[in-house]
Amino acid sequence: MWGHEIRAMASTHAIIAASVFMATVLPAALVRGFSVYGTHLLWLYSVSGAVTAVSVAVFWLLGITPPTKKHTVGYKLSRLFRSCLYFFLSCLFFHTVVVLYGAPMIESALETFSLAVLLTSLTTLRCLCVHGPNVQAWIRVFSRHGAMSVWDTCLQITVACTLVGAWVGAFPIPLDWDRPWQVWPVSCSLGSTIGFLTGLVAAPAWIHYHRKHLTYKCK
Amino acid sequence: MKRLRVLWLLLWMCALYAVGIYLFVGGFLLVRLEVNRTSTCGDVLQPGEEPKDFCRVRPRFRRAVLLIVDALKIDFAWFDPNNAAPRAYENKLPVLEETVSSRPAHSRLYPFRADPPTTTMQRIKGFTTGSLPTFVDVGNNFASTAILEDNLIHQFGQVGKRVVFMGDDTWENLFPKKFHRSLPFPSFNVKDLHTVDNGILQHLYTTMVGDDWDVLVAHFLGVDHCGHRFGPDHPAMADKLTQMDGVIRSVMDRLQNDTLLVVMGDHGMTDTGDHGGESQKETDAAIFLYSPSPLFSAPPSQSEPDVVPQTDLVPTLALLLGVPIPYSSVGQVLLPVFPPHGQTEDAVGGLTQLEALWINAKQVNRFLETYSGMAKDIPAESLSQLKAEFSRLSSEYLATVRQGRPPSPQLAASLQAYLTSVRDTCRATWARFSPLKMAAGLAILAFACLTCFVLSELSLALIREDGPGLRAPVVAALMAGVCAAVGQLSARGYVEVAWCLAAAALSSELLFLWRARRFGTAAAEMNGPRASWLTPRRLLAPPLLVPLLRCASLLSDSYVIAEGRVVTFLVFSLALYIPIRLNWDGLLLPPSHDPLKAAGLLPSPALSPSTVRKESGTLLACLGLLVGSLYLSLSFHACREEQGTCQPSPFLSPLSRLQDNRLKNLHYVLSVLALGLWTYLLRRCLRHYGNLNSASGTVFAARWVLLLLSVCLALYWAVSATPEDSFRNLAELIGLAQLALPRVAFCLLGLGLSLIWLDPLTVFAKTRAAASARSASLPPPCYRASTGISPQAELHHLIPQIYQRMRRSLDDGEASGGVEADGRPAVEAYGLGTVYSAPLLLFCGLLGMGLLLLHPEAMALSFLLLLLEMGALLHIHASSTTLSGLHATCPGGFNVPWTPVVLWSLAATQFFHATGHLPTFPSIQWGAAFVGFPDGHTGTVLPASLVTLNTFASHILFSAGCPLLLFWPLVCEVRGSRAGRACGEEGEDAAMEMRLRENPQQFSSALLQLSTRYLFVLGAQVFASVCAAAILRRHLMVWKVFAPKLMFEASGFLVSSASLLIGVTLVLRVDVAVSRWFKRLIPDASR
Repeated sequence: MWGHEIRAMASTHAIIAASVFMATVLPAALVRGFSVYGTHLLWLYSVSGAVTAVSVAVFWLLGITPPTKKHTVGYKLSRLFRSCLYFFLSCLFFHTVVVLYGAPMIESALETFSLAVLLTSLTTLRCLCVHGPNVQAWIRVFSRHGAMSVWDTCLQITVACTLVGAWVGAFPIPLDWDRPWQVWPVSCSLGSTIGFLTGLVAAPAWIHYHRKHLTYKCK
Repeated sequence: MKRLRVLWLLLWMCALYAVGIYLFVGGFLLVRLEVNRTSTCGDVLQPGEEPKDFCRVRPRFRRAVLLIVDALKIDFAWFDPNNAAPRAYENKLPVLEETVSSRPAHSRLYPFRADPPTTTMQRIKGFTTGSLPTFVDVGNNFASTAILEDNLIHQFGQVGKRVVFMGDDTWENLFPKKFHRSLPFPSFNVKDLHTVDNGILQHLYTTMVGDDWDVLVAHFLGVDHCGHRFGPDHPAMADKLTQMDGVIRSVMDRLQNDTLLVVMGDHGMTDTGDHGGESQKETDAAIFLYSPSPLFSAPPSQSEPDVVPQTDLVPTLALLLGVPIPYSSVGQVLLPVFPPHGQTEDAVGGLTQLEALWINAKQVNRFLETYSGMAKDIPAESLSQLKAEFSRLSSEYLATVRQGRPPSPQLAASLQAYLTSVRDTCRATWARFSPLKMAAGLAILAFACLTCFVLSELSLALIREDGPGLRAPVVAALMAGVCAAVGQLSARGYVEVAWCLAAAALSSELLFLWRARRFGTAAAEMNGPRASWLTPRRLLAPPLLVPLLRCASLLSDSYVIAEGRVVTFLVFSLALYIPIRLNWDGLLLPPSHDPLKAAGLLPSPALSPSTVRKESGTLLACLGLLVGSLYLSLSFHACREEQGTCQPSPFLSPLSRLQDNRLKNLHYVLSVLALGLWTYLLRRCLRHYGNLNSASGTVFAARWVLLLLSVCLALYWAVSATPEDSFRNLAELIGLAQLALPRVAFCLLGLGLSLIWLDPLTVFAKTRAAASARSASLPPPCYRASTGISPQAELHHLIPQIYQRMRRSLDDGEASGGVEADGRPAVEAYGLGTVYSAPLLLFCGLLGMGLLLLHPEAMALSFLLLLLEMGALLHIHASSTTLSGLHATCPGGFNVPWTPVVLWSLAATQFFHATGHLPTFPSIQWGAAFVGFPDGHTGTVLPASLVTLNTFASHILFSAGCPLLLFWPLVCEVRGSRAGRACGEEGEDAAMEMRLRENPQQFSSALLQLSTRYLFVLGAQVFASVCAAAILRRHLMVWKVFAPKLMFEASGFLVSSASLLIGVTLVLRVDVAVSRWFKRLIPDASR
């Protein structure tokens, strides 16, 4: 029934996953001494930058974003501004949550904030792309009957996978193995990235297998 | 309601858990009493007329060098010249073999067998006291790790030998201030191979050349750390052993003729480099004896021992160096180093073999007599056998000495046999795990968890008559216990209580489970198939996933070390799950305007949008409060020694220890503020629900005892914080106040708690038409469960909740018509809506203050956080219940879901850490025993209970307050939620907690379910830590992390279950009082 949409979604996800892959490989070729553990922040920002750029571009090209009501330049500018503001606020929100979870408050604030940026670019950015700067709509999407389209279901799955990945990523930190990936925030950012990639794969697959049971209300 | 039934079921459940814990701990933790006597030089051990002073005799050796190479396994010490390709640890100590073969009269190398547990501290205790240390050596002083039993170091000091120590700093903790000179180096970092060894080497040779020592102890750690880090088969081990080879050579070069050298390992290691367990690889170390003067009278022969037990070092060294054998040594002298009879002339001043054996046997017998007088854990018949054997030997020996004839070789052999059998008896008692008991304990605990789970699922059926009752399991338990006792009596002649208990517990559990299963299938046949309990989907749902993770975390030492943070993390995760779940179900936000709904096609929502918004707001605000107190509670944690960089919380030290006056004042003001807020919040809550109006005992306690108690506490803190030298004139007064104030507080606490117990009702009944209500023809009384008594309060409060006592079934139409005509209820009862929760709340509040008294002052802040978190959890639970409409769907569905129960029990553990406690023995706050008793105690019961109360304060508070989870949704219920709902006739008029009274059966079942769920979560944690101790009993950290954790978890469970029972009993007591109150009001409607 939605073969077309699922195909579009799968290819979008393939592009995004490729961008994560390139963001890991390209700097290794360009920057000397680059490694995921050693220069972790660089890797982190390159991944979140790549994901941000590619998602915005792909979703804009596909036209998933709900059509704006007005077409004036001022309105578009204010939308853009609000999106940026929400992006930043979401970074702060994630930062707070991570600190409340027990991350060091002062010592590695930069690392914590970088993790927040990564989480934002993997989760909030997608919400922005799909629903625009509308927090009410975001909250409503994450309920059992809140999904209005295939893309909403996909949003639910990827966001949940990413957050669960980051949560599970915190588990190895107290262990006394002395591995480089146990350093804060490497395991969490790796966990969230792996969770995100899993979500990218799982979402189209899940939707494909459940396409008989999925029904959406009209918008 | 079936009060006794609930209580009996809970008691039975707790007893099952306790039996399981008792059995496991009995098999795992071996307890030995410490004998606090010391041997002296005057002990008459030699037969003869004049008691000659043992220490005056010139000893065989004047000095000794003890080189302890930690984890020097016997395999490391052998040398095999034919081995062409030695592994990293083979053939690296050639010096031992060279010396043994070139100078056989001077040296010997033996395997040296340690007793489990093969950990360094236990081993040092072992080869200095000569006894078999168990995990718990019950001594006088639990707080310090210092050895109080008689030991070699002590004996050396007694005769004036100067003991110089260098190396592993464990010794410094075990023998504080016992050394003439001490050079300890930090042993904690297992990754550091060289610090300790290099530190020793810097000082060893210079010390040896000097003349400022008699006994030199050097403890090298490099080999052990190398094993832990790389394993034995690693080039680093080769380097380390080669270094040790050089050390032994240089030490031997510097020895003088009157000096004995002992090179020994304290334990071995497994192939992975670990130790702690009981396998032969771990227990077999090496011992190498050497002296420049001839040490052995005969060359190595067949009579040499194959293996030297570690305990044997103590008597041997003591007799060689001329000190008395430590009192509680059970070792046996190493015979080859003593000359046989008739050769004493050439060995100067030495004892013969027989003399040494006799002294040894006499000392061992003396110890055995003392010990069997103190403790009963050595089996009686083996004890009497040993005694008979000793008296036979002693008469034979004395006869030999008196007649002056050469002793028969049989005598020496039988003395040796006697010593060996004593040691074997002691070892069987103290130093062996009992796997059978451990397995039985594990099985009982596992079945107890399962039973608890089944009990919580079947609670409703159990309360009804037709469910599986308790009588059959109890009868089965009794019968099985008696059978086990009879079987033991006939088979072995004596009864061990543990096995009777095990049989009883197991049989009653199995019978109950079988009956429950049969009952369950019968119910399924009647009602159709129901959802299975343990599907993977249910297990992975966060409310059960979180306790599962928590239990799994108990199996890893890193997580146990970081337990405080781990639990906080889990509580936070589960708390965040609640709003996410509600949002997923679409209940968090008011439903949007849907055309379908507006058209009436869908049923209209149960709650109005404004109510939803308000409840969601409460939920989120309380979540914020919860998260805030979780985060702040992290700053009250103490530090384990394993946590390297951790800084203990500054609030943990008592005020009197703070030097800075401004800081002291700040802490004091903060503590008093927290205390005031605690009091205010409690009173505020009680007043809000109208519970402060009547003249009962509980109200008195709430009004005055609470206040007086807090004043008492604040004064006591002020007094105990004053520096001793500041008010000289008032010293006596201060001393008196330090004694009196806490005792007054204890008395007030006792008064308050007993008042609550005796008179728990907080209801104030106001009769409107007193005269007319009495007459029978008038309408039956109706009353309000309202809040305040003043008209103002009446205005302020919710609509007065009218509660019609008469149920419709009792009422006739005429009577109800009368009420409507009258329009006003005849009796107004204030505080009836919170009649159950108010006494419980007050009980917890008072108890919390009493427990706070036992803590350092600044912990008041942490206790305030505890109260706030409790409140936040209760409100979150209430709001989410309202939002999800659990109460709206059916009347009397009071069941508390898993999520709040899990949160509640995790919060108990979280505040265990946040009140500055840790599951380790050194971190127990012993100061609590001296609150109100500054001069110490005479008994042990009172200080032990004070310390227990201090340690498990948060467990006690949370368990006693557990029934609040049942009441709070009712207390906070929204009137509108039930409006227009036809849930049954009788639920209509009952309000708040009176709904519980209206449905006594559901009340009982919900109470039972809540308690069993709580017990299940706690019991699962105990089970997990028991599993950890059983599975990881060879782990490096077992005596440092897992065994203490098990002890704390188990005792925490016992304390929690006891206080849970107290809380439930209080609720039932209130119920009795409420029934009596109603009976008095309406005699004809008694139930």
